[in-house]
Amino acid sequence: MAMNAMTSIDEQIAIAAAGLRLEGVRKAYDTAVALDNVTIDIPAGAFTVLLGPSGCGKSTLLRLIAGLDRPTSGKILLGGNDITRKPPAERDLSMVFQSYALFPHLTVAENIIFGLRVRRVDKAERWERLNRVARMMGLDGLLDRRPNQLSGGQQQRVALARAVISERPVCLMDEPLSNLDAKLRAEMRVEIRDLQQRLGLTMVYVTHDQVEAMTMADHIVVMNQGRVEQVARPRELYAAPETTFCARFIGTPPMNLISARDLPAYRHLPEGSLVGVRPEDMIVDGEGVEAVVEGVEYLGADQLIAARIGAAKIIVRQPARTGAPDAKVRLSWPAEATHLFDADGRRLH
Amino acid sequence: MIKREWIHAWLLLLPALVLLFGFTHIPAVQTFIDSFWSTPRGRRPSTFVGWDNYARMTADPVFLRVMTNNLIYAAITIPASIAISLWMALFVHRRIMGLGFLRMAYFTPTVLPLIAVANIWLFFYLPGFGLFDQIRGLFGLRPVNWIGQPSTALYSITAVTVWNQAGFFMIFFLAALQTIPENLREAAALEGTSRWTFFWRVTWPLIMPTTLFVSVNATINAFRMVDHVFVMTQGGPNNASALLLYYIYDQGFRFWDTAYAATLTVVMVVILAIIGIGQFFLLDRRVHYR
Repeated sequence: MAMNAMTSIDEQIAIAAAGLRLEGVRKAYDTAVALDNVTIDIPAGAFTVLLGPSGCGKSTLLRLIAGLDRPTSGKILLGGNDITRKPPAERDLSMVFQSYALFPHLTVAENIIFGLRVRRVDKAERWERLNRVARMMGLDGLLDRRPNQLSGGQQQRVALARAVISERPVCLMDEPLSNLDAKLRAEMRVEIRDLQQRLGLTMVYVTHDQVEAMTMADHIVVMNQGRVEQVARPRELYAAPETTFCARFIGTPPMNLISARDLPAYRHLPEGSLVGVRPEDMIVDGEGVEAVVEGVEYLGADQLIAARIGAAKIIVRQPARTGAPDAKVRLSWPAEATHLFDADGRRLH
Repeated sequence: MIKREWIHAWLLLLPALVLLFGFTHIPAVQTFIDSFWSTPRGRRPSTFVGWDNYARMTADPVFLRVMTNNLIYAAITIPASIAISLWMALFVHRRIMGLGFLRMAYFTPTVLPLIAVANIWLFFYLPGFGLFDQIRGLFGLRPVNWIGQPSTALYSITAVTVWNQAGFFMIFFLAALQTIPENLREAAALEGTSRWTFFWRVTWPLIMPTTLFVSVNATINAFRMVDHVFVMTQGGPNNASALLLYYIYDQGFRFWDTAYAATLTVVMVVILAIIGIGQFFLLDRRVHYR
């Protein structure tokens, strides 16, 4: 019954999805280059995550898409139309800010319909849309409250509602969960993903948290120092990182990268090459490369063994029931679990 | 032991208490009492006269004149100072060339003592070769004796006050504007909010506490700032530019009619208290405090 009510609400909010395309986008400031030659496709109706460490340019990129900043060069297209020079309001997209950007002096209802009022949407329609969105977001009983009377999660929902009520096909989110506690964050991840799929929104979501990226995204755009490192589905990204940066950034603990010189089987590779193996792919047994154990971290189900192969520090993940390892172990891994990178950090195929 | 601590506490409080009572509370109470007594003159000691001083006041045409003047003065300086200071704050609350210089220029009149300001403006107002008349001369207009004729004297004084205090109020508005998060403006921009709409729907309500504070200050200043009257007009011509506090000074320290001066002072304090409390309660309901 509840499900039926949900679907009927969704059907009323029909949004024609539109895809985004960035072509050679560059953003330079007086002293630094924030983005350099970024070319990506953000497919319509999909959940795309811009992932990277702080300062990698992902938020700048989002602000360029929103029109809050202008690129130094390059083009931004939405559904095939060039929007590079258009003001934010004419771009047909909505945005949820990290701090939610709720108007502190307005009630929840007034906050949600702020945009409709500015655009002089007819009053009856305004209230109809408000009721629909409020029901969908579970904000029914809170419409008369002010933002400071709401919990962090509720404020987050109001910010989302304000984006949804605009019925625009593209929604931009700038680290929307970073102000929430861990439990709420997990709940909101599911909720936002669910919302995006029900409404068929084109979502562009900025985060530095790989868990958010892996759990929510259809596509992940990994960024580093103003450049795109890799665009891939979460499984591809984990299974076949294109660069050593991606290999180090994704996975907890991250992929072990061992200099080819330290591994007899790979000495034939050119100088500076790296061999990557995920911690869970390494097997402790009687044969393989010799490693010196430096410590064990017990996690309950699993344990992490810190060890050293030559100069490279590595981590091995194995079930905790295996027990404590010896001081010296031999490590091996299946050939298909080996990732090879050249001296420039690019994947060798 | 405890007694000793109390003695220490009172000793530490003593300097402040002496100053506070000696110069604020006792004079205030004494003024209130004096307003019901006659002024002692020569061998005639002061006698209790009840409401006589107040009766005299209501019949005093000069008092009515200065009250009217002061109301006009307040009615112009308060809104004008608020409007101009807010406009200046909005203007310098952005990145423009020479921002530091502009902010300083706006604030300079406040740093100058009002006496000095009045002397500068005295030159502006000089009939014939003052700044304003020189500008008027360029258009072939005849000279005007701005502060020497009853029709313009009060407004000339009023302009000086606004010029002097607007820069000060600007600082408060600027500080208030800087507490409004930038992303509110961005969120509004995404919705297509015009600058005008954003100001009235977001900025204005959010800086309301500051506006209240500034308006209370402007009100107090309207009754308190009379330094320039001394320098520029001495209340003349024919009391055209006399304000209540200036009249009190005249009565108290030029004519030494201290009882009548005390009566006028009580009236002024009552007016200020009513306005101050009124503003606070009336506006408080419409002010959003986070």
